[in-house]
Amino acid sequence: MEFFRIKHDIPFMSYGRLTTAISLITFIVAVFFLGYKGLNFGVEFTGGTVIELRYQQPADLGQVRVAVEQLKYGESQVQALGTTRDVMVRLPNIKTKTSAQLSNEVMSVLKQQRADVELRKVEFIGPSVGEELVTHGLTALILVCLGIIAYLAIRFEWRFAVSAVIANMHDVVIILGCFAFFQWEFSLTVLAGVLAVLGYSVNESVVVFDRIRENFRKPNMRGRSVPSIIDNAITATMSRTIITHGSTEAMVLSMLVMGGPALHGFAMALTIGIVFGIYSSVLVASPLLLMFGVTRENMIKPVTVKEEAVV
Amino acid sequence: MNRYPMWKYLLIAVTLIAALLYALPNLYGESPAVQISAAKSTTKVDAATRKTALDTLAAANIPTDGVFPDATSLKVRFKDTDAQIKAKDLIQTALGENYIVALNLLPQTPSWLAAIGGKPMFLGLDLRGGVHFLLEVDMKAAVDKQLEKVAGDIRRELKDRKIRYGRVARDRDSVTVQLRDAATVSATAGAIRRVLPDLSIQEVSRDGDYRVVVSFTPAMQTKLKNDAVAQNITTLHNRVNELGVAEPIIQQQGEGRIVVQLPGVQDTAKAKDILGRTATLEVRMVDDDQARLQAALSGDVPAGYELVPMAGVRAGMTQSILLKKEVELTGDNITKAEPSYDQNNNPVISMGLDSAGASIFRTLTAENIGKGMAIVLVEKGKGQVITAPRINAQLGGSFVIEGGGMTVQEANDIALLVRAGSLAAPMNIVEERTIGPSLGKENIQKGFHSTMYGFIAIAIFMMLYYRLFGVVSTLALGANLLFLVALLSAIGITLTLPGIAAIALALGMAIDSNVLVNERIREELRNGMSPQAAIQNGYGHAWATILDSNITTLIAGIALFIFGSGAVRGFAVVHCLGILTSMYSAVFVSRGIVNLIYGYRRRLSSVSIGQVWVPHQEKQA
Repeated sequence: MEFFRIKHDIPFMSYGRLTTAISLITFIVAVFFLGYKGLNFGVEFTGGTVIELRYQQPADLGQVRVAVEQLKYGESQVQALGTTRDVMVRLPNIKTKTSAQLSNEVMSVLKQQRADVELRKVEFIGPSVGEELVTHGLTALILVCLGIIAYLAIRFEWRFAVSAVIANMHDVVIILGCFAFFQWEFSLTVLAGVLAVLGYSVNESVVVFDRIRENFRKPNMRGRSVPSIIDNAITATMSRTIITHGSTEAMVLSMLVMGGPALHGFAMALTIGIVFGIYSSVLVASPLLLMFGVTRENMIKPVTVKEEAVV
Repeated sequence: MNRYPMWKYLLIAVTLIAALLYALPNLYGESPAVQISAAKSTTKVDAATRKTALDTLAAANIPTDGVFPDATSLKVRFKDTDAQIKAKDLIQTALGENYIVALNLLPQTPSWLAAIGGKPMFLGLDLRGGVHFLLEVDMKAAVDKQLEKVAGDIRRELKDRKIRYGRVARDRDSVTVQLRDAATVSATAGAIRRVLPDLSIQEVSRDGDYRVVVSFTPAMQTKLKNDAVAQNITTLHNRVNELGVAEPIIQQQGEGRIVVQLPGVQDTAKAKDILGRTATLEVRMVDDDQARLQAALSGDVPAGYELVPMAGVRAGMTQSILLKKEVELTGDNITKAEPSYDQNNNPVISMGLDSAGASIFRTLTAENIGKGMAIVLVEKGKGQVITAPRINAQLGGSFVIEGGGMTVQEANDIALLVRAGSLAAPMNIVEERTIGPSLGKENIQKGFHSTMYGFIAIAIFMMLYYRLFGVVSTLALGANLLFLVALLSAIGITLTLPGIAAIALALGMAIDSNVLVNERIREELRNGMSPQAAIQNGYGHAWATILDSNITTLIAGIALFIFGSGAVRGFAVVHCLGILTSMYSAVFVSRGIVNLIYGYRRRLSSVSIGQVWVPHQEKQA
């Protein structure tokens, strides 16, 4: 069985203008939603109290909402959590009350209404922690980018490093854009997922780059133009790309379906990230590489230096 | 050419067996147990405690399933929860309230596995339920408190030396002493330098502006902050002990934060109450009248007096001391308690009081030379005499307590107790999480199911698509899972739900290496290479790519680990380990299996890697 029976190299590079346009549009749309709607930050970032409840029988969200609003805590949210029996209540920080008091008050009101409610989880985050998480998250993001640029610049060349990182940032922005558009909750685990995508998606670019470098060095490829060499590299790794991503995606989808609400955001970030990872490494990173003007000499030179160093 | 030397096969076999052994404890469940630990820092769990507990159980005919002593506690395992609950009550009654008897779960790891260090994975709070607090120590308050003390010390010292001074005021992070002229400036600076040598002192004498500015050196500030956190942790430990939690975790996180995790506790309100409470330390006078003491010991305590037990009684010492009820000083006035040595190199405890305390203490000691005083730690509303030294001379703001044959360990313990009495700085709860036990169980189940179904899907696809090579890949993936689980168990990394997600993701990403290898071999075959050469080249070429792609992923993982907190960190650790194990299993182990299958066949005409489609063949057909 072989899925990919490609007779000739697919001229990916000649679609360069089209794919760049598509990327640019999706990118701009994502940035637009990020700016316009903003991320729906989870309680870890904003501070506040989250209470998770479970009812024996399907819950009536409207009833719960009325009960919570009676307590007049300000802007509170009541939503279903995966099933009809699981309910999440999100409350803002109230200076005069501790989260234990808050959760006790909410529970007593809800218990009066329906006795079959069970407290599953209470999470309280103070306001100072959130800011710190944002700065740490951004630092991590920048550090990952710099680390990857440095490594790829040493192993390949700066053009490869920069294109890979731009392609990746494109993925990250699109994931964030999706989260902003659908107003899914952006929690700490989602952040972990996004950063994992960053590492994973570079992986993809590296595989293609490796092949490009190999092609540059092959004697029988000597006469061919740079775009055709890149086309050949992408076509040759195509099958692997699809299969690998398919496998990873299978795992992630399994998490999305089976993992319950706690893993939902994480799995969702990865699902989107993997799909766009394929696209960006093939159709964003490589055209960028061409745009930066990569030539055979770029690749051959550092190798001779390296070999001398070894000998 | 596709043969490994013997040692490589042996290495694979040995690592696989080791991984199997260390992953094995996770398959055994947990059984109910009772954990006995000391309720107060002065009591210890020793052989006598063990004997009492076991005798009690034997007398009540409750069979035990193993006794496990460790450094600070004793765990007794039982066959069922009925026995566990009965045993808990019995042991608690027998040992009294100096001990905490808590219900716990102990892994049923067979002793031969435990002997080689095998233990199941340690589950995080989100998987087993409990309470998590993140407390922030108010560092500014800690430093302010110390600065106030410095200001007081300076006032006292200047008064003693009869140096006339104007205002002594605490500013943001310094203390300023206003003075009259240049002569007093240098005299003041000299005096301060003598009593407080660790401070940075700045003299200002310009026309009409004479002052001395005292502040903490940066090193001193760091020390102050570290001490504040350390002292708060000690205090928290003492308080958590009261809750009777089987395995509390109390750790410093970052510069000024403390994490408290209490597995199994559901009542946050009570936990918070106890964590936020202050234990107090009191200095009271000892009554030396033998007649009154005898009377008190026989049950007739005179009015205005109290019989207080000695903590950690040493052989040959009295059990209880008769104290006056008046409290002369409280722990709030004590600023320092450190073990040190006197001129004869005997261990002593060096104490420091703030200015208010010092002036009270000076009067107290002047009036009571030759009498005994007692330092009493009040825990749970009950007093305990930590030490009862005799007053030999008038004492001021700093003095030493000589313990009369006190050992170094005892000096340390007493100093710790005195310090632990109160918090160095106030703390705020900045994060709090309560996870119900049912949610924990569900999280484990969901995490396990998603990993399992994902694995099965990948395995089926790989075997269909790559045939025998797919089987090898699946085996390698299984080995990867085994290595990862063994590593997590053996190192004792806390597994959280994001950690389980990382295991699943590690498997999903590890397959990448196998696919790279398999695709490469197919490609070499397509180019007309012989099967043996194709295997050789396939693994060889793929290796460079695998290394590059894994290192970039690892960079991301390490950054996550450094900058992540909580959930992100739990994910990052497993993620990084997963990358390492996947490189080992996808390249080394899978190659080993392939070599065993194909490497020893002399004339190999084809390999089972699924159909290799060659463009030219189709054209011919």
